[in-house]
Amino acid sequence: MRFTTIYLLIGFLLNINFSYANEIQTENKIAKNLRCLICQGQSVHDSDSEFAISLKLVIRNKIEEGMSEKQIYSFLKKKYGEWILYDPVLNRNTYFLWLLPLLIFLAGGAIIIKKFYIRK
Amino acid sequence: MKLKITPIIIILFFLIIFIIFFKGLKNSNIYTPDLNLEKKIPILVYKSFENNTEIVSEKIFNKKRFYLMNIWASWCIPCREEHVFLMKLKKDQKVELIGLNYKDNITNAKKFLKELGNPYKKVFTDVDGISSISWGAYGVPESFLIYENKIIKRYIGPIKYENFIEIEKIIK
Amino acid sequence: MASLIGSYSLSFGLFFSFFITFFSIKNLKNSEVLDKKIISFTLLQFIFVTISFLGLIISFVNSDFSNETVFNHSHTTKPLFYKISGTWGNHEGSLLLWLLVLTFFVFIFLLKSSEQPKKYRIFTSLFQQIIIVGFFVFLIKTSSPFNFIFPVPEEGLGLNPILQDPALAIHPPILYLGYVGSSIIFSSALAAMVSNYVSKEWAKHIKKWVLISWIFLSLGILLGSVWAYYELGWGGFWFWDPVENVSLMPWLALTTLLHCILVLEKKGILASWAMILSIATFALSMSGTFLVRSGILNSVHTFANDPERGLFILIFLFSLIFLSIFIFFFFQTNKKKIENNFFWLSKETSILINNWFMMYFLSVVLVGTIYPIFLEVLTTNKISVGPPFYNKLMIPFLVPFLFAMAIGPKLKWIKSELEDKVYMFLFLIISFLLSALIVKKFDVSFLINTILITSAFFLFFITLRDFFLKTFKNLSQNIAHFGFSLLILSILFNNIFSTEVITNLKIGETFKSEKFTIKFINIDQENRKNFKAIIGKFNVKYLDGSVDFLNPELRIYNQPNIITSEADIKTNLFTDKFITMNYVQNQEYFNVRYQEKPLMIWIWISVILISLSGLLSVLKKKI
Repeated sequence: MRFTTIYLLIGFLLNINFSYANEIQTENKIAKNLRCLICQGQSVHDSDSEFAISLKLVIRNKIEEGMSEKQIYSFLKKKYGEWILYDPVLNRNTYFLWLLPLLIFLAGGAIIIKKFYIRK
Repeated sequence: MKLKITPIIIILFFLIIFIIFFKGLKNSNIYTPDLNLEKKIPILVYKSFENNTEIVSEKIFNKKRFYLMNIWASWCIPCREEHVFLMKLKKDQKVELIGLNYKDNITNAKKFLKELGNPYKKVFTDVDGISSISWGAYGVPESFLIYENKIIKRYIGPIKYENFIEIEKIIK
Repeated sequence: MASLIGSYSLSFGLFFSFFITFFSIKNLKNSEVLDKKIISFTLLQFIFVTISFLGLIISFVNSDFSNETVFNHSHTTKPLFYKISGTWGNHEGSLLLWLLVLTFFVFIFLLKSSEQPKKYRIFTSLFQQIIIVGFFVFLIKTSSPFNFIFPVPEEGLGLNPILQDPALAIHPPILYLGYVGSSIIFSSALAAMVSNYVSKEWAKHIKKWVLISWIFLSLGILLGSVWAYYELGWGGFWFWDPVENVSLMPWLALTTLLHCILVLEKKGILASWAMILSIATFALSMSGTFLVRSGILNSVHTFANDPERGLFILIFLFSLIFLSIFIFFFFQTNKKKIENNFFWLSKETSILINNWFMMYFLSVVLVGTIYPIFLEVLTTNKISVGPPFYNKLMIPFLVPFLFAMAIGPKLKWIKSELEDKVYMFLFLIISFLLSALIVKKFDVSFLINTILITSAFFLFFITLRDFFLKTFKNLSQNIAHFGFSLLILSILFNNIFSTEVITNLKIGETFKSEKFTIKFINIDQENRKNFKAIIGKFNVKYLDGSVDFLNPELRIYNQPNIITSEADIKTNLFTDKFITMNYVQNQEYFNVRYQEKPLMIWIWISVILISLSGLLSVLKKKI
């Protein structure tokens, strides 16, 4: 009986530790994907400006409130616009951004094969 | 025939790039707030400057009045520049000034208001900068003109003479 | 006085362009040999630009504040070394340096090309003069380094403290050597087209220039990256920042050209493609200048910008592009159809694959860098394109690329059999097991990591085996590919196994984690030549009992009055320990950032190795 209590307790503690570490990881991950708006080309995670410090606090609070990563992004997008996101979402504005390099890759492959490998 | 089309397409392509770069030169690369952003004022709980009591935002903003929400700090030098205009706006009965003291030392902040005068009807503290982020602000000073619980105008950086005139015009 | 001489000397330099152009055109019609006057005038032009540059350096050394550039970027209390490096640490001076290298390179080109056809040499010199005149006009018109101010100010405004750094002092000259080297490739490609000299001989001749530019560009990028690592204070070395991207793009194009030239040299094919690449390399270098100098991009590195200057470079850049398009299509000769039927398993195929992937990587960087500008102009929407974008689009493609890098060099020209299949298979299995072991051991269970590390290890082992068995066909190639595998491996391990702690500490406080404790012992103050240093004394204790003493600094510079944070880094072969501290507004505590970054030094070593392989290749050709 006692062993089970201890076992549970340890499990509980480990679990807390684990989820705590996880929260820090998510926080860092989110902060790395955000642009520090008052800095010149720096992420929120990398910056030590007042804005970035507060924003990191906000992210932590939102995680504790149970918001998901996506919800936090869209919350911040509402406040500051798409410019804050380093990872551009795929939408009408960014189809070309994401697809153009891939199209170039495919076109390049097609040209190479057509030019050099198909016997005429 | 094919030989003549390719160069034309390529030249057109580069011309378009040129025009876009040319236009891009005129755009500023500094953060400017998007006009399509959320305009409703955030619902928050504020801490009073004087005695740390908590007040909900519904009790602060009345629908039928103009408010100027000003984020400031005693350590911020441009805040001193705009203070003159805030004091002038204080005399105008149509607008109510609300101060949000950003990441400040309370004693310094009180000294600041004592020295330069207190333009605010109410002052709240934002010790960790979280309230300011809810407003979509990114630093000090920054001001929001509010009517019917909506942000109708926003000023990043100190309020200058032109901005002061503009505010006077809007509230009339 | 010095700046007066510099100013006149610069105008004289421009004069020589007209002489050179005049004699070149005359020489083109008349004789069979290159007129010696052209070389002499080119030398004179170079000398005058050198005098001008020295004049600026002397003005900086003497802190002559009647010169506007000196006034804006220097200060009497600055150490001598940074007074000198301040010469090219600003827009005007850096352009003068660019011009200096341009004139120097064209002189060297003329000296070293005596075995080449006369017409080709003259045309190269002429195209080069177009670029040189462009830069002269740009300098004198929009950004003269020799403007006078009156009354003469007592004191200068100082150099941005984060630029006061040894790595950054030599970073611009090295990078410019790379950029400007590409201008020679550009001019020579145009000249080769005009004089109908696109051939195996041309490829052989220009290869040296490609290699030299490539070496300098690699080293230049390395220096910038090292600087960012220890100076910008958050422990990263590559941020996919626009300004970094614009130096990476010419590098990618040059690397592609380097491979493509091999085919042209050996087989006499892919000539048009080599032309396009030669033009693209220089166009990308120039647009780098445009994007950085115009301030059109928001970047951590934009220190000086001015839209009017941007406009000039933009018009100049596009004039050159249109000129090259015209020449490319006008002088395109319909040579006899070369048998284009390649065999699948051949060296040609492997180089085509290299070109294909390199172009893809280039297009990712290009699109990611300029897309936000396009979108803003077309729709007024502002978006940011950051590291996640580049990682997502590049990493999956890196795997086949690495495999191709391992297998490609083993193939023979025209038609080949894949030898050593057994070894390769064995190495593949070893690589996979090893990476699975590493990834699993540290519990970073990403499938993608295992696959990536496998491919990098595969290349690593294959090239390593070749060193021992000496079965490689080309030593420098083997070193380069080996270096690249080392680079990818170090970056991967660095990314996966870095630990980072950000915390607020007061003096005397201790931060505890599972692996180490950080103690903030106290702070010291010291007055240095042009800044006051606040030195934090930290000790970090590890589980095994070892202790590191780390002393990051906050520097309060006098002129301009800026606080910077100086990292303290303990480096060894296995890992870097990196600590910075930052001042927090109105608080007693400092913001402390501690990082352990494994294999950091190997990232630098591998890039040096890659550059060395290029050097080896240059030297080998000369013997």
